[in-house]
Amino acid sequence: MNQKGKIRVAIVDDEELARQVLCEYLSAHPDVEVVAECANGFEAVKAVVEQRPELVFLDIQMPKLDGFEVLELIGPATAVVFVTAYDSYAIKAFEVHAVDYLLKPVGAERFEAALARARERLAGKLPQPDLPPAELAAAARPPSQYLDRIPVRDGTRVFIVPVSKLDYAEAQDDYVALASEGKKHLKQQTISSLETALDPSRFLRIHRSYIVNLERVARVEPYGKDSHVAVLSNGAQLPVSKSGYARLRAFLDR
Amino acid sequence: MHPILSQLRRLGLYLLAWVPLAALLAYLMDVTGGLTPGESLVLAFPLCLIYAFICLSAYYSCVATPFNRSTISRLVVIHGTGALVASGIWILLGKGLAYSLAKTTSLSSVDQNFARQIPLLLGTGVLFYLLSIDLYYVLMAMDASREAEARALQANVLAREAELRALKAQVNPHFLFNSLNSISALTSSDAPKAREMCILLGDFLRRTLGLGEKSTIPLEEELSLVHSFLAVEKVRFGARILMDENIDKEAMSVPVPPLLLQPLVENAVVHGIAHLVEGGWVRLNVKSSDGLLSVVVENTFDPDAPPRRKGGVGLANVRQRLAARYGNQASFEAKANGDCFRVSITLPAERQARAT
Repeated sequence: MNQKGKIRVAIVDDEELARQVLCEYLSAHPDVEVVAECANGFEAVKAVVEQRPELVFLDIQMPKLDGFEVLELIGPATAVVFVTAYDSYAIKAFEVHAVDYLLKPVGAERFEAALARARERLAGKLPQPDLPPAELAAAARPPSQYLDRIPVRDGTRVFIVPVSKLDYAEAQDDYVALASEGKKHLKQQTISSLETALDPSRFLRIHRSYIVNLERVARVEPYGKDSHVAVLSNGAQLPVSKSGYARLRAFLDR
Repeated sequence: MHPILSQLRRLGLYLLAWVPLAALLAYLMDVTGGLTPGESLVLAFPLCLIYAFICLSAYYSCVATPFNRSTISRLVVIHGTGALVASGIWILLGKGLAYSLAKTTSLSSVDQNFARQIPLLLGTGVLFYLLSIDLYYVLMAMDASREAEARALQANVLAREAELRALKAQVNPHFLFNSLNSISALTSSDAPKAREMCILLGDFLRRTLGLGEKSTIPLEEELSLVHSFLAVEKVRFGARILMDENIDKEAMSVPVPPLLLQPLVENAVVHGIAHLVEGGWVRLNVKSSDGLLSVVVENTFDPDAPPRRKGGVGLANVRQRLAARYGNQASFEAKANGDCFRVSITLPAERQARAT
């Protein structure tokens, strides 16, 4: 909360009437200012980056990006209250990880309670949920469904990397670099959480810092005394660890 | 029911199976001595015919001592006793037969030498009886497995019907809750519109209720269900939905399974229009010709839309129901081409509504 006292809020929902309800409830709070109303995921990411709201009411099903993808792209600095009509997997994940959410039709009482909790979180009296966005998204995904695209952000611009076009991912401190079609996109995520979200029959962790798309592996060559490199069809060479080599062999020998 | 006596064909086969046994018995009698080969044959065949019928009774002692649920000692005692009793009866009847043969024909030595045959008859009698016990146990096991198979099939059919019924009656909860949320928004901004939407939603729900029990409805009725669905969605999505319809006049009265078109249009809205910021169109074409009804639903969609969180239940439902009902007389095809998604189905255009 800034010192001028007003909480800056963004409302994200593709249905105008749904945004209208939330605006109406918020209008009863003079210390809240709606700084952005967005009708799709791209707009939402842009508005959050530009307007820096402290709190976002975020619908899950929207054009362009869904609510979880938006959350991944805007980072943990913004408090988020999810809004959904019916999504049993998402609701279960919210319950388990103590993420605030509202159900449509949104009742005034539930809304006030969620707003009060958001105020406490912003004032630091309640901790922000510390689950990384990618892991929340994974928990909310229907079982046995894997990631089929990865949204990345550069400033206010959003790129979508389909996993079929992902050559490999490389860990870089708190980020992963996603190599796709000759470019590298940086994303704030741990490589382990990316690994669990990808289909294990298509992607393999070959090294502490590398996940490779198995379709791209052209060959595996020995390197030095007892290590190996994977050579991809585009010529890139990735180090393969000892345990990674065992996994890769097991796959290639199948 | 006796497995052999109940069918004439089986009885015939059973008696035929005794012919080689009779020949074997005749040979053994001849070897034992005292009888000429001719006498052996004349005695062995009627004896075996008699014994074939005596052994039919073995079935009842098999029923009384089910193989799986009886101890070995019980099986041995029951069937051993049965075999001895049956052989005993057989030998007595054989003696009677030999006596009357000796009286009525010139085969007088048959009766005189009968006593020499008794050990042989006792041995074969026990053996044949035990063989028929085996036969009955095998027949009973076969019957039991056939029955189990039929029951499993029946259960499968019932489960499938129940599943289809449940699928038919399904109203998408997402649709319902979003509509209620829209109504809630309208109550303060536009009360008359809120009331109108309550009525539209009520109208749609009323139409879907009870459709699960109907086997077919006229296409016209299904279309009005589609219209009341779209009326609700148009309040939610505003100008984002453009609907275009092209329906053959003759098709209107064709009976179709209920909830055939509505899920297709709902799919077009939920996975097509809902992901288009600027909105899009849905085109519905229905033609009836040569006893075939062809339905095509096309819509614009965003190929880069976020992955579906719950995909294709509506389409899969329609596909399964068509297959279950019409088999390969119906077809279902869903295809994306650029930013246009197209579902086309054909089904037999029945002239008369089926009795439910």
